Amino acid sequence: MNFPSWTLLGQSLLSGIFIGSLYGLLGLGLSLSWGMLRQINLAHFALAFLGAYLTFQLTSVVGMDPLMTLALILPCFFAFGVLMQWLFSRFAISPFNSLLVTFGITVIIESLIQWLWTADYRRMDSVYADMKFKVGTLYVPIPELFTLLIAILLSLSTWALLRYTDLGRALRASAEDGQIAAAFGVNEKKLALLLSGFSAAFAGVAGLCLALSYTLSPSQIYAWIGVVFAAVMIGGLGNPIGPLVAGIVIGVAEAITMALISPAWAPLVSFSLLIIVLLTRADKI
Amino acid sequence: MKLITSMILAATALLLALPAAAAPSGPPIKIGSTLALTGPLSATAMIHKLTGEIYVEELNKRGGLLGRPVEWTVKDDQSKPDVARTLYEQLVTVDKVDLLIGPYATPNILSAIGVAQKYQKVLVHHTLGIPSLAKYDMQFPAWSVGYNPETTVPNTLFDALASTTKFPKTIAIVTSKFPSVYMMSVGAREVAKKRGVKEVLFLEWEFGNKDYGPIASRVKDANPDFVFVGAIGMEGNQLLDAMKKIDYVPPLQFFMYPAPGPLAKAPGAEHAFAASIFEQHPPFTNNPTAAAFVKIFNERAAKAGLPDNSVETQAAASYSTWQVLEAAVTATKSLDDKVIAAWLKKNKVDTIQGRLRFDGPSNFGDDLMRIKQVQNGHWVTVWPKEWAAPGVKVLAQ
Repeated sequence: MNFPSWTLLGQSLLSGIFIGSLYGLLGLGLSLSWGMLRQINLAHFALAFLGAYLTFQLTSVVGMDPLMTLALILPCFFAFGVLMQWLFSRFAISPFNSLLVTFGITVIIESLIQWLWTADYRRMDSVYADMKFKVGTLYVPIPELFTLLIAILLSLSTWALLRYTDLGRALRASAEDGQIAAAFGVNEKKLALLLSGFSAAFAGVAGLCLALSYTLSPSQIYAWIGVVFAAVMIGGLGNPIGPLVAGIVIGVAEAITMALISPAWAPLVSFSLLIIVLLTRADKI
Repeated sequence: MKLITSMILAATALLLALPAAAAPSGPPIKIGSTLALTGPLSATAMIHKLTGEIYVEELNKRGGLLGRPVEWTVKDDQSKPDVARTLYEQLVTVDKVDLLIGPYATPNILSAIGVAQKYQKVLVHHTLGIPSLAKYDMQFPAWSVGYNPETTVPNTLFDALASTTKFPKTIAIVTSKFPSVYMMSVGAREVAKKRGVKEVLFLEWEFGNKDYGPIASRVKDANPDFVFVGAIGMEGNQLLDAMKKIDYVPPLQFFMYPAPGPLAKAPGAEHAFAASIFEQHPPFTNNPTAAAFVKIFNERAAKAGLPDNSVETQAAASYSTWQVLEAAVTATKSLDDKVIAAWLKKNKVDTIQGRLRFDGPSNFGDDLMRIKQVQNGHWVTVWPKEWAAPGVKVLAQ
């Protein structure tokens, strides 16, 4: 076996970091709603793709800059997240039932996307698509770098908000023990609405990143679920930095596997890591 | 002379006085099938749905089948072979259709073949990629890839490359593990070896892979003269995107089953090759039936919002399926599956992709796959020469 060139290894490492950051970004909202609201929100993936299609539409048809689309998408998604939480609370959906209900919502959103944009592939043309720069022999694409930076920014801000603000303390207290938190004057229901709104808005941001770098088709919604679930579980439920770190670990491990062994072995990596984590530190998840 | 002229005029007047075709009457002939209307295969299945709708409309305008109107029941198999099996059972036992048409995609077609065999129904199908798996003697492929496409298609490709001044010395074969694509890629390895082309890289990835960066980097690192990409759907575009991000375009590249519209428009795809049975240019459109279909498909696809409105392999295979079924029913004047199957085995059918025969192994006939190339952002057939678009030849990078 020939040892691969350093350029190949370096480029693969970069590729792994970039896709890992997208795993982390997709996992951020999922981890928060799972860990703090006790909802396994499968609809998060469908929302991310709806965000991607809306970005595509606003950019390709209306002619907006892709980044500016967030000004429209984020408030709408926040409102959707609030509405979804209100309904969950109104009908007292249990954590297990949330999995079924959100799967139903996923199917509805997928059908909506297919109805509006057809099942055919869509690729957004944007000014950012071809932007890249070179560091030595390595190429750094701007859309992927943007995804990495936004994932770091959102994960760290959410972590700081949860750790250092009264709002964050109240959210953590509610997640820990809602009744005791309520006894101390924390309005659990309002906080849940807020958190659900933020999670949905994070899906909108992930949608923008998907649209910037990937070809879209409605069925792609399901292609991301397995690996992002692994990142969320490895990273720890309710931990805003965990999915990003775990996502990058998975992404890099997959990319290096592709570069050194075979791309066909890459899918084994994320689930092997998940099994190892479940066996060794299940209590920390 | 005067008499002949009068007779011609009288005959013309009579023809003009007649309606185009008698309106079909009586109970409808029910034809049933499934298509992957949702799920990962749905983008391509929409082409088959549109083609089927156009064909049935036109068929009914021509007088239907055996003078009776045709009714097409199409169900959504969700891109899942198990669902396809269940739905074909339903079509036969509950909907009690008279005839069956195949679904889209190899695994689903194999499911449908199983049901057709159980109920001894004829199944004409499109786009079955692994001929050796079609064991049932009343299944008929309308996608003319021949019985050994894994050998014949790469050979046609290398013949096309040999017509240029830049026949490759080295090859990288990178492939999805999607079964029909993988089979072709493995076949290409053998053919390349026999044609004296040195393999410098062979890579395979799971269908649904999301990160093509490391694959692109490995291809660039191997620096082959020619890259054979065993990709299905958008996989080819994703690999091209990844190669573009590292400023790499292979000197020569071939894509097995690409999404043709998006690939032709992709940066870095100029001069890329693919296989095809039909492109909407002469000599294919010299056939009036093909030309009429192209016209109506282009209009209807635009109306349906499909990003790519052109007729190529998928639509042509789908159209041919209907042509085969119509030809057999019309010739036998029968809906009896055994009678139809016996006729198909003995006769050839003219379709828009060429003349099909069903007397080979597994009822496969000739390999009619041609090689097309992206030239100025459009697919044009370049090989064999007799099927090349007017004034077009194979171009090397």
